[in-house]
Amino acid sequence: MTRTQLGFAALIIGGIIAPLIGIYPTFLMKCWCFALFACAFNLLLGYTGLLSFGHAAFLGAAGYMAGHSIKVWGLPPELGILTATAFAGVLGYAFGSLAIRRAGIYFAMITLALAQMLYFLWLQMKFTGGEDGLQGVPRGKLFGVIDLADNLNLYYFVFAIFLSGFFLIYRTINSPFGQVLKSIRENEPRAISLGYDVDKYKLLAFVLSAALSGLAGATKTVVFQLASLTDAHWHMSGEVVLMTLIGGLGTVFGPVVGAFIVVGLQNQLADKVGSWVQVIMGAIFVLFVLAFRRGIVGELIALFERKRVR
Amino acid sequence: MFELLGITPQALYSQLLVGLINGSFYAMMSLGLAIIFGMLNIINFTHGAQYMMGAFLAWIGLTQLGPWLGHPDFALNYWVALIVVPLVVGALGILIERTMLQRLYKLDHLYGLLLTFGIALILEGLFRYSYGVSGQSYDIPESLRGAINLGFMYLPKYRAWVIVASLAVCFATWYVIERTKLGSYLRAGTENPRLVQAFGVNVPLMITLTYGFGVALAAFAGVLAAPIFTVSPLMGANLIIVVFAVVVIGGMGSILGSIVTGLGLGLLEGLTKVFYPEASSVVVFVIMSIVLLVRPAGLFGREK
Repeated sequence: MTRTQLGFAALIIGGIIAPLIGIYPTFLMKCWCFALFACAFNLLLGYTGLLSFGHAAFLGAAGYMAGHSIKVWGLPPELGILTATAFAGVLGYAFGSLAIRRAGIYFAMITLALAQMLYFLWLQMKFTGGEDGLQGVPRGKLFGVIDLADNLNLYYFVFAIFLSGFFLIYRTINSPFGQVLKSIRENEPRAISLGYDVDKYKLLAFVLSAALSGLAGATKTVVFQLASLTDAHWHMSGEVVLMTLIGGLGTVFGPVVGAFIVVGLQNQLADKVGSWVQVIMGAIFVLFVLAFRRGIVGELIALFERKRVR
Repeated sequence: MFELLGITPQALYSQLLVGLINGSFYAMMSLGLAIIFGMLNIINFTHGAQYMMGAFLAWIGLTQLGPWLGHPDFALNYWVALIVVPLVVGALGILIERTMLQRLYKLDHLYGLLLTFGIALILEGLFRYSYGVSGQSYDIPESLRGAINLGFMYLPKYRAWVIVASLAVCFATWYVIERTKLGSYLRAGTENPRLVQAFGVNVPLMITLTYGFGVALAAFAGVLAAPIFTVSPLMGANLIIVVFAVVVIGGMGSILGSIVTGLGLGLLEGLTKVFYPEASSVVVFVIMSIVLLVRPAGLFGREK
């Protein structure tokens, strides 16, 4: 078995037994949602080399869309989530086509500004409930049969969503399309000279990443029965960068590890240290940028490689 | 004419004044960002936090410092703060540059953005922890209270001072960079640091000082802002994102361009507040989107 297969097996087995050995399912579901979000983000930053500093826009927008479509339109959860994912994809197309007009640092600033614009819109719109958020979203019945009000049912539903999203990303980065994305990351002028229409590739990667972030956001809304402004705030955009950075940019499993660490830390620290959480997050950011740019998984891979060479 | 639209001239003028003030802050902030980006190739995400620190240190100087030192009557007044605070924050900036930023110059510049983002989180978090999120108020200095009657409107003295001071600082900066020998080193360093170094100019020192200056400019804006806006840990973060949009609109290639774009957008925002208040918080971002569609390099930018 290769290392990746081993990783997949560990992930699946771990995911299945985790709630059975007494880990709180709601916490785990939160982790899986953020893990999917971080993996979707990593597709863009780690594999295409585009730093979006506004990815919370897609998480938040899909959250509202899912909440609204399930609560007000009365859609079943699976359709609500699909609608929201599609919505995030469309939004990704709009944001992406604007942002890819500039490269590098400007790309980050544009995505951040667009996300902030959307944040202000949500704040003003009536249906989002403003600062209170969109509350009381019913969990409903999956395919009309499985009752998602039961935490364990919901857990496996969420885990299945994560796995399918994760697998889709894995397939994408190992497809010819993914190879082109990596070539853009490594050397864009060269990719252009080889005849690739890099803007199209970048845009498609952006849309895919936005839609999957939306999938994560919609699922999160179903889990917490709430869509709120927090998910659309720039802090969230920063958090997803942090998760990906801690785990390892451009590694398959890194963002998952990063998401579990960040969500776990916040969970542990929130009631103990209060507003120090932000300081600690900032310090971790600084530490990883200065000392461990490859992230945890990236450093582990490098360690294995060194051992093998010896 | 304005009455037809249901808007009094007073409302229009006062919003235009607010717009001009916001515009001068955008101009100072985007100028600092542009100078730093020119030399360091880093987008300084900490800029907003440094602006916030400027306002906070001024407030601390006025209300907290005396009691801390055991002399309750002692206070760092506004005029002293206007000089001292930018120096202190600038020195802290230099410390950040020397100890951390410096290690990242050879890497992709996304790491510079991430590092400064992390530092911004730390600073914001520290002030939040110490002073909470609710704002503190800073009294307008004695000599700038009251208003001048211009005939068509009352112009509060302090607001007039903010506009004059920020324009003076912006144009002084422009003059130094574009018209003096020091500025020519700086511009040459932006174009080709290695060549300038070969001519015997101490480029690393120049980079450090540039960062310090850009940061000091943000802190100066912060001190100016303290009496107008409430002093709160979040004041910088909200501003910096708009300033990023301003920078995208103007492009960072030109000093004068940053100043003009900043002021213009402030005014436009003020006008929007009069005619369609719902859109005032997003108007800058909408303009950014339009500029990206029409002129991707920005109004004053150069296509690279």
